[in-house]
Amino acid sequence: MKPVFTGVFGAFMFAALASTAIAETKLTIATVNNGDMIRMQGLTDDFTKANPDISLEWVTLEENVLREKVTTDIAAKGGQFDVLTIGTYEVPIWGKKGWLVPLTEVDDPGDLLPAIAGGLTVDGKLMAAPFYGESSMVMYRTDLMDKAGLKMPDAPTWEFIGQAARAMTDKAAETYGVCLRGKAGWGENMAFLTAMSNSFGARWFDENWKPQFDQPEWKATLDFYLSLMADAGPPGASSNGFNENLALFNSGKCGMWIDATVAASFVTGKESTVADKVGFALAPDNGLGKRGNWLWAWSLAIPAGTQKNDAAQKFVSWATSKHYTELVASKEGWANVPPGTRTSLYANPEYAKVPFAKMTLDSINSADPTKPTVKPVPYVGVQFVAIPEFAGIATTVGQIFSAALAGEKTADEALAEAQTTATREMTKAGYIK
Amino acid sequence: MARTVSTRRKLLVTALAWAIGLLIFFPILWTILTSFKTEGEAIALPPKFLFFDWTLENYGIVQERSDYLRFAMNSIMLALGSTFFALVIAIPSAWAMAFAPGRRTKDLLMWMLSTKMMPPVGALVPIYLIFRDFGLLDTRGGIITVLMLLNLPIIIWMLYTYFKEIPGEILEASRMDGASLGKELLYVLTPMAIPGIASTLLLNIILAWNEAFWTLSLTTKDAAPLTQFIASYSSPEGLFWAKLSAASTMAIAPILVLGWFAQKQLVRGLTFGAVK
Amino acid sequence: MATQQTRALGKLAVSPSVFALFMWMIVPLAMTIYFSFLRYNLLDPNPICSLLSPGALLDAENRCLAGITNYSYFLTDPAFFKAMGNSLKLVGWVLAISVVGGTLLALLLDQAFYGRGFVRIMMIAPFLVMPTVSALVWKNMMMNPVSGFLAYLFKLVGLQPIDWFAHAPMTAVVLMVAWQWVPFATLILLTSLQSLDEEQKEAAEMDGTPPLSYFWYIVLPHLIRPMTVVILIETIFLLNVFAEIYVTGTAGRAGNLPFLVYQYGLIANDIGGASAGGIIAVILANIVAFFLMRMIGKNLDA
Repeated sequence: MKPVFTGVFGAFMFAALASTAIAETKLTIATVNNGDMIRMQGLTDDFTKANPDISLEWVTLEENVLREKVTTDIAAKGGQFDVLTIGTYEVPIWGKKGWLVPLTEVDDPGDLLPAIAGGLTVDGKLMAAPFYGESSMVMYRTDLMDKAGLKMPDAPTWEFIGQAARAMTDKAAETYGVCLRGKAGWGENMAFLTAMSNSFGARWFDENWKPQFDQPEWKATLDFYLSLMADAGPPGASSNGFNENLALFNSGKCGMWIDATVAASFVTGKESTVADKVGFALAPDNGLGKRGNWLWAWSLAIPAGTQKNDAAQKFVSWATSKHYTELVASKEGWANVPPGTRTSLYANPEYAKVPFAKMTLDSINSADPTKPTVKPVPYVGVQFVAIPEFAGIATTVGQIFSAALAGEKTADEALAEAQTTATREMTKAGYIK
Repeated sequence: MARTVSTRRKLLVTALAWAIGLLIFFPILWTILTSFKTEGEAIALPPKFLFFDWTLENYGIVQERSDYLRFAMNSIMLALGSTFFALVIAIPSAWAMAFAPGRRTKDLLMWMLSTKMMPPVGALVPIYLIFRDFGLLDTRGGIITVLMLLNLPIIIWMLYTYFKEIPGEILEASRMDGASLGKELLYVLTPMAIPGIASTLLLNIILAWNEAFWTLSLTTKDAAPLTQFIASYSSPEGLFWAKLSAASTMAIAPILVLGWFAQKQLVRGLTFGAVK
Repeated sequence: MATQQTRALGKLAVSPSVFALFMWMIVPLAMTIYFSFLRYNLLDPNPICSLLSPGALLDAENRCLAGITNYSYFLTDPAFFKAMGNSLKLVGWVLAISVVGGTLLALLLDQAFYGRGFVRIMMIAPFLVMPTVSALVWKNMMMNPVSGFLAYLFKLVGLQPIDWFAHAPMTAVVLMVAWQWVPFATLILLTSLQSLDEEQKEAAEMDGTPPLSYFWYIVLPHLIRPMTVVILIETIFLLNVFAEIYVTGTAGRAGNLPFLVYQYGLIANDIGGASAGGIIAVILANIVAFFLMRMIGKNLDA
């Protein structure tokens, strides 16, 4: 095969060789295009001053594109990146496979929040360092809540959320009681619905990996979600993800929004028209002992193939350190530091003044990836199931549920379809004998 | 020559054409306008058309975040490079098909077009592995090769149809004079084919500029073109329409400018042998 | 008449492109066929097999080979028929809109009016826009049901804004794709119209031929060939529409075959399944191509 290709590509080999011949320590960092990561790119002088022999090259991509590129690259051992930004779904799977280098220089690892660190540890070794951690919680408009004559408890039930959402809705004035994710995707509507289903007592699989969409708990979840969105949701909800809902909430069109805790700094930030009227509460429950909140951490990891392990370790350590947190605080204020990774941050009296600090910490602490559901399950992960097949199955199921939200099918039809497709895929993958 | 067109009719057609033209162009126009607004004005209802605080802020932020010129430079290199190599390979082929056709020439053309039918994702992993083994990932050479192969069938077809329009007698004559094949190509065929080659070149530059799947999958930084630049703005946290518009405008501006200057050539040239 | 020598030279001249395209087709195709018979998940933590250890093929249990599992699963996937239907719908609608719309616009642009050059570039412009950018612009600034421009227009005349991606995802995608490809059809048809003899036009006007029959008996027959070209070229590109579906997140309802293959390959990381899907898509595309050639191919020779 080789000679043939040398012929075809021969003309271009020179260019290829020329670009790989550079020998200085230049780290290529794959990262997601969210606010905290972009802020870090502006603060790297602090790192390169201390490490003049290392230069940084950023590849900033939208979440889905990032995931595809990074996955293809690490699985095919393309070696294009020295530092990867990945989530809690990938870390256990890749770590087990030996694709990641254990981190040795992380700043004070004992200080990391146990719930977060636990999800990034494989066989007792930390495989990725959390850059920021998030759970989900209720963000609500205090003024609309007052107007409806209701008071949000710190730990609301789904029943209260349903009642409040309907009371706050005024469709003529384009005020919608609740904005929830509806856009299809395993990291979009399925993250929300899976976490929500946990609080309804549902689970993805039983102990024998049999899908559970034919069980009453899932039916209760989906029925509640669909009727709530029909009564109190915004138009176009089936294509709303995090971004769309954030825009809606910021422009004052949502009474409540249940989503990632990191959104708190945006809805109280300068792009928001309702910044001074936002309150926070824990994600709702149904009195079954589990809340409908998730757990996620965007984390930095080093692929096993890199030639620049030392430099990469140094960089990951810097980016996830307490020193970096202080650096951001000194430049941009405490409200903008990457949240949700360290105990010390929440012990800091300065940070305690941030309005959403306590609620974020409580939310993270109330999620347990190792025991996510009421009934026993064979998997870990709150809003996902940490098996390689999950992303594919949940994408399909997410499309089915999104179609149900758009009114294209009933809850029963959607659940039956979800059950069929999940059973098929699990059988194909060999989980169901 | 001069057809007399009544002024009234001309005015009517003018109004209609401008209305439809503006309608079709509106999404682009709106994007350009939005790029000069603040984020708040970008989503404001009712929308503001011209009376807002024009600002260059978004362009500044976009440039600060990603080095536009590097991406644009790569886009230019990839589009021009792939077009150049494709023409180098395609001209002799199209020449041969047009002037020395075999029985299978038409089948050959159709087969070439059919290579474009494979969904690119289906071939991603094989190509990725090949690129890895030959050190071609994130190199301009590698992606130029792919873009060249991608557009080669269309180019050959276009050139083939142009060449067929050239009367064969002229070539016969030059052959009689003892011109070699090289001379025939250079002095006789090429000048006559220049307009055809020019519009082929334009079409190919457009297609190469806008190709998103392979450029996104096979490049990371050194060879990353504007498609990658856009991928870092497509859905950040929050819908930042003004910044998205600024990035969009930057990504399409060069090719729009090219289209502007080359429109006459495009309108004249894209025939695929359809004009008889 | 071509001589023996020119024939030989011709073969020589054709060979680089044939060779390059053949390699570009056959190597990935061979690898894809090979993968399609394997159980090959990019993320599988228990590597039963991978390309990098072909020895696994020789395992006593042969667990690496998947047989026709990938094919049978892909073909029985309910999403497959839906995707196939969507592919056909998308191609069919956009082609219809392109040919009709392109003809009308080309006729308009062929008239004499003030600012023709400017209007022409405005009408061509959408073809120059990157599909990703076009999808982003339409999805947000145009079709967003709350703050989008279309929603504003609907509210202006007192109508309920259409929630495009929820209630009419296919229409939305067709609209976006057609916006990009109508200009292409316009370009080619306009080129052809301008080659219609000026004298013929004048003669028709002198005779007082009614515009409709002039169009029907003179213009339309002249446009048949460029129309077939438009259909052929657009079909090739439309079969692989991707960005518009990807960006708008309408995959569940408007997803076409390439998107399904993408979903298998890059979301589920099931390379075996995606390869089988890719092969099936190639076969289907070639069937479409075959009939297309039969139907219109004869228009293209000579």
